[in-house]
Amino acid sequence: MLRVFKGNSRRALQLGLLSIGLIALLGAGDDSARFNDLGHKMMCVCGCSQILLECNHVGCSYSDRMRGELMAAINNGDNDTGIMQAFMQKYGTAVIAAPTNSGFNRVAWIMPYLMLAFGITLVVLIVRAWRNRPLVLPAGTPTPVSGVELDHFREQARQETEV
Amino acid sequence: MSQIGSFALLLALALSAYSFVGGAFALALPGGGSERLGETARRAGIAVFGVVFLAAVVLVVSAFHDDFSIAYILHHSNRDLPIPYKFATLWSGQEGSLLFWSLLLATYGLVLRLRHKTDARLFAYASVIIAAVQIFFLLLLNFAAHPFALVQGTIPEDGNGLNPLLQYPEMVIHPPMLYLGYVGFTIPFAFALAALVMRYPGEKWIHITRRWTMVTWGFLTCGIFLGAHWAYSVLGWGGYWGWDPVENASLLPWLTGTAFLHSVMMQEKRGMLKVWNMWLIFATFLLSIFGTFLTRSGVVSSVHAFAQSSIGDWFVVFMALTVATCVFFFVKNRSHLRSEHKLESLASRESSFLFNNLLLLLACFTVLWGTLFPILSEWVQGTKVTVGAPFFNKVMVPVTLLLLILTAIGPLLAWRKTSFESMKRNFLWPAVGALAVGLGMMIFGVRPWVDLSYFYALMAAMLASLVVFTVISEFVRGGRVISRHTRQGLLPAMMTLYHRNTRRYGGYIVHLGIAMVIIGVLGSAFNRDVEKEMGFGDKMTIGPYTLVCQSYTQDDNANYSNEWAIINVFKGDQQITTMYPERRFYKASQQPQTIPRIYPTVKQDFFLLKDLYVVYEGRNEDTGRPIIKAHLNPMVPWIWMGWLIMIFGTITALIPNAAPARVTVPAQAQPAAVGAGD
Repeated sequence: MLRVFKGNSRRALQLGLLSIGLIALLGAGDDSARFNDLGHKMMCVCGCSQILLECNHVGCSYSDRMRGELMAAINNGDNDTGIMQAFMQKYGTAVIAAPTNSGFNRVAWIMPYLMLAFGITLVVLIVRAWRNRPLVLPAGTPTPVSGVELDHFREQARQETEV
Repeated sequence: MSQIGSFALLLALALSAYSFVGGAFALALPGGGSERLGETARRAGIAVFGVVFLAAVVLVVSAFHDDFSIAYILHHSNRDLPIPYKFATLWSGQEGSLLFWSLLLATYGLVLRLRHKTDARLFAYASVIIAAVQIFFLLLLNFAAHPFALVQGTIPEDGNGLNPLLQYPEMVIHPPMLYLGYVGFTIPFAFALAALVMRYPGEKWIHITRRWTMVTWGFLTCGIFLGAHWAYSVLGWGGYWGWDPVENASLLPWLTGTAFLHSVMMQEKRGMLKVWNMWLIFATFLLSIFGTFLTRSGVVSSVHAFAQSSIGDWFVVFMALTVATCVFFFVKNRSHLRSEHKLESLASRESSFLFNNLLLLLACFTVLWGTLFPILSEWVQGTKVTVGAPFFNKVMVPVTLLLLILTAIGPLLAWRKTSFESMKRNFLWPAVGALAVGLGMMIFGVRPWVDLSYFYALMAAMLASLVVFTVISEFVRGGRVISRHTRQGLLPAMMTLYHRNTRRYGGYIVHLGIAMVIIGVLGSAFNRDVEKEMGFGDKMTIGPYTLVCQSYTQDDNANYSNEWAIINVFKGDQQITTMYPERRFYKASQQPQTIPRIYPTVKQDFFLLKDLYVVYEGRNEDTGRPIIKAHLNPMVPWIWMGWLIMIFGTITALIPNAAPARVTVPAQAQPAAVGAGD
């Protein structure tokens, strides 16, 4: 029984892996999805500051040509990194819509997360410091308050307990 | 005409200088004479409004009279420009928009100086600080960016015309709204600095500032969303936010202003975060100035930026002086800003505000960092990298999701300390509702494991609905309590609840609006677009819609010539609408412009609204055939509805609370030992 189950599960695993592989291969072969993905990672260099596939200047001498080059590179079977490198060599680093994850450009990606970590640490430290701050209590027996002091307390209570 | 304008600007500078110097001396010197001096300074400040207003009127009248001897009018107007856009000439260029800045500051200053009896001394300090800021802008107008500079040599017959992108009705309101927001932050800044300088006792300045900050924040929100709507309706790329440096510049003070509006509650209620709030409002003002600097200095390239000019140096000096002044008075009087209470628990409203501020400031830092990184990279590596939408989307989406979590949880936490039991009780049903939304989305085909953007969309939808459910539950819970005590129906009880604390419940309505905006934005994960050359009778399919090209037509007027496509839209066999995407060619500026047409599918989709967005891109130069691009953008109308709800919430939060109910208690035979409460 156990052996049958084991055999079935192995077959299921093999089938699953095969399906994943097929899906991956199908994904890799989906040129229009790759064109769309890569085209949204690049800028049109005509000066419009728009993403390549969003540049809507009819007759824009750059975007039409660049889209053509991108499609040709995909049809040639070039991989994504190779295509990006080729575009960077031809049009300069400004053609890539976001900093690459290498060299100094990595700082662009790291910094926000570093600041988040720093901020959380800071808030936690502040909270701990505030929680440990001793309350300054008046010495001796408390006496009933009245007049201005009572008004102050009442106002404070109102502020803190309002609906 | 130009001489009147030039003279008005000089006079305004002199009056502002008097208002600043006279006001400062009056505050510094003791004795009765200083009171009279202070009053003259206040009146000089009021007069600044009249004189700057005169200068602005002169510029607008010059535009209406086609006075092309004034260089500004020559470069930003033309004879056939429609009347509303001639009016908009005032803020469509560098010099005019600086004059407009100055006019708005003078208007805010006028209101402040007229209301001086609220607290004469605090208002006098604030008036001096406003005069100092006004001097800076008037110096710019008089010596660096003169709007009445004359054309040298022969005066041309016609002007260069207004930028075609600006010839759209929303452009007549978007810049004023944005500027009202930018400039408005000067007022809370002035009050904060005034309170610090004079060691103002108590939190009254916070109460005064809060209202100004909310009004300003409302204007800035309006300005940002109008800008987004304009981009969507005019630029023709199918989106509303491109993370352009100038768009980012408007977001920076909005984020810190939002943080201030939250953290200031801790100061009001618990006397905490005094230093933080002070610096938050300083930062907000500085970021407003920084945004203006970014737009005008040419340090970053943007489609919105004004021409590159030397006025950037002026802004740098002004910002440095402002920071130095703030630091000086902070160091001098920081002992005045001691916190009065301690934090008692992590599970408290106070700590939720702390984390809310942390995330808003992180968002602000990220936007600033991404905006300035190209300059930094050029400085460090010698090459300018692009930091565009892919970077911002990747970094900002997680931050927004975390903010949504806090927006949902925050209102359920009590001041000081919240018990686990109460959290569970308040949180259970909203959480169940949010999970149901997530499950529903997955059933209807959103697979978070297929694509990261789907995962984010699912998370955002769940968290946004969590916000909506917590807001509803807060209203219902509070309404039930009042209903039990007053025997009102639930809805009237909820109205009573709102009237008792308009600020709190108005704030919740704003949260509701933000949740709707985020639901609208997440729809972009499912955007589709198709582009095709379309001749007569050609068809194009996008989603369930079929677009059939019926015809093309042309028109011509004095300002522009244009070409329309007439596109019939079908869903199945039924024609649902006809759309007329347009392409214009402006004669004076010799520039083309697309005017997309947008059809919100209200009747077809009701809840899951989509925009069918059709652009006539022009003709293919090789084939001569027209090119039509269609986008199907789900949920975009939610963004504009959410914006309106945010503005509604802001307005309702500004309405004063109803007077607290008084309960009559029969007199006691024995007097109470301690004073009885009302």
